[in-house]
Amino acid sequence: MNHAHAIHPASAPAADVVFQVEGLVHRYGSAADARRILDGVQFEVRRGDFVCFVGPSGAGKSTLLRCLAGLQTPTAGQITFNGTPVTEPPQGLALVFQDYSRSLMPWLTVLDNVTLPLRAGSLTRRQRDEQGMVALEEVGLAKAVSQYPWQLSGGMQQRVAIARALAYRPVAVLMDEPFASVDAQTRADLEDLMLSVRKHLGISVLLVTHDIDEAVYLSDKVCVLSGSPAKVAAVIDVNLGSERDQITTKATREFAELRTKVYQTIRRPAAVKQ
Amino acid sequence: MVAPFRPHSPMRLSRRTRAVLVEVWLPIVLVGLWWVLSARYPSIYSPPLQEILRLFRELWLFEHARTDLLPSLVNLVLGYLLGLIAGVALGTWLGLSPRLNRALWPTLEFVRAIPGVAILPVFVILLGVGPAMKVSLIAVGTFWPILLNAIDGVRSVEPTLRDVAASFRIPLKHRLLHIVLPAASPQIFSGARISLSVAVILIVVSEMVGGNGGIGYFVRSAERSFAIPEMWSGIIVLGLMGYVLNTLFRLLESRVLAWHRGMTTRTQRDGR
Repeated sequence: MNHAHAIHPASAPAADVVFQVEGLVHRYGSAADARRILDGVQFEVRRGDFVCFVGPSGAGKSTLLRCLAGLQTPTAGQITFNGTPVTEPPQGLALVFQDYSRSLMPWLTVLDNVTLPLRAGSLTRRQRDEQGMVALEEVGLAKAVSQYPWQLSGGMQQRVAIARALAYRPVAVLMDEPFASVDAQTRADLEDLMLSVRKHLGISVLLVTHDIDEAVYLSDKVCVLSGSPAKVAAVIDVNLGSERDQITTKATREFAELRTKVYQTIRRPAAVKQ
Repeated sequence: MVAPFRPHSPMRLSRRTRAVLVEVWLPIVLVGLWWVLSARYPSIYSPPLQEILRLFRELWLFEHARTDLLPSLVNLVLGYLLGLIAGVALGTWLGLSPRLNRALWPTLEFVRAIPGVAILPVFVILLGVGPAMKVSLIAVGTFWPILLNAIDGVRSVEPTLRDVAASFRIPLKHRLLHIVLPAASPQIFSGARISLSVAVILIVVSEMVGGNGGIGYFVRSAERSFAIPEMWSGIIVLGLMGYVLNTLFRLLESRVLAWHRGMTTRTQRDGR
């Protein structure tokens, strides 16, 4: 992949669009006492984009992600992934869950966890293992292949989950609050890991978080969800360049301005309502 | 027979020796008491242990082991495996389809409540007193605990793992083999453990009632012909058989569920 643009011109070809979401509405419950979660959400994600979805808890971030993943059918609206409407979990889309201890199989070794999704394909065991090893090297876990997930630290377990997603050779990775259960240092490491992986493999990453700093630090675009039911309050372009650093990038004036902008966007619709 | 229950774990030799001692002192004392008391106060019903052991050696090493013990074991293993396979298969199916499960659960609960021994006469009428009756009776008796545990285990598979399977488009065969069954295996094993003791009871009872061979039949006919020491030797064989089967089961369990043990001890130590 040689065209991992940070920002795309408006005239980019349609083939470059990975996710196209239009008029997405989701309600829980029956018509009478339905609870609206999403109300006309729309946005577009292009190949190689790193997009973070921020918003307060209860803003429907996880619901949105489950709809994108095809795990949940939205009440109304259209989601297109790679040119095909999403009606079931689509091919070429990999998920990383928040709760790594629940999303890995404790009865499988690290390598077997990573290669389990590949068994369905036409690869031989050796090819699967090689593909899994490449992914594990990518996340820096080449030495832990024959261990079990529960023998690893939380951060390493989440690396296994990321490796599983990468070994799947996806077009896009969806991540639901992936770093919410690890300590701050590990979190910073995993953030940088995702940035380098994105750059290296040219995949799109869609990441849900409630942490504004994290969103600004990682994103090419921050998609702010706000209000109840949630709408896309703004899509904020992040022009921090492709080389980012936990200390220097976060110390820049641009970073501070962007985080203020995101924060204000989250606050404003709520303030209007009260 | 005393079967001290404690999970095995790899230990250093000295600790291991001590652990063995802790486990065997009571059986040694009990056997010693039996030996001394039965020698001092012999009666028709409790002949001296020395006599029983002499007969044990004479009868069970190895003539009757072949003619009586082996057929019992074959029937037991066959019936147990049938019940196990049927229980796991149907349990998985019901566990995966909550609707079907809800529709069948009350019936299952009722049928399960009928003790296996109670349906023995029906089986004798239907199948006679041959191996077919014994194997079927054991299969039916072992089926229920495994079925109910398998349903429970399959139903309690972590929902996140279902999402993982769905999002990575893992086909049903791999879901069953690599996700559902391993996740349910600790539960299935606890059902299988209950079923194993049920199977031992059923083989003995079926042979005592409708027998024309087997270890249960041997004990019963020895008792009827007042061959009391022979009867006791048969009972010892039964005890040993149950003990060995249980030990083999535990070995298998600790191998298959090594991940589970490792995970739970790790979790407890970390205090999570």
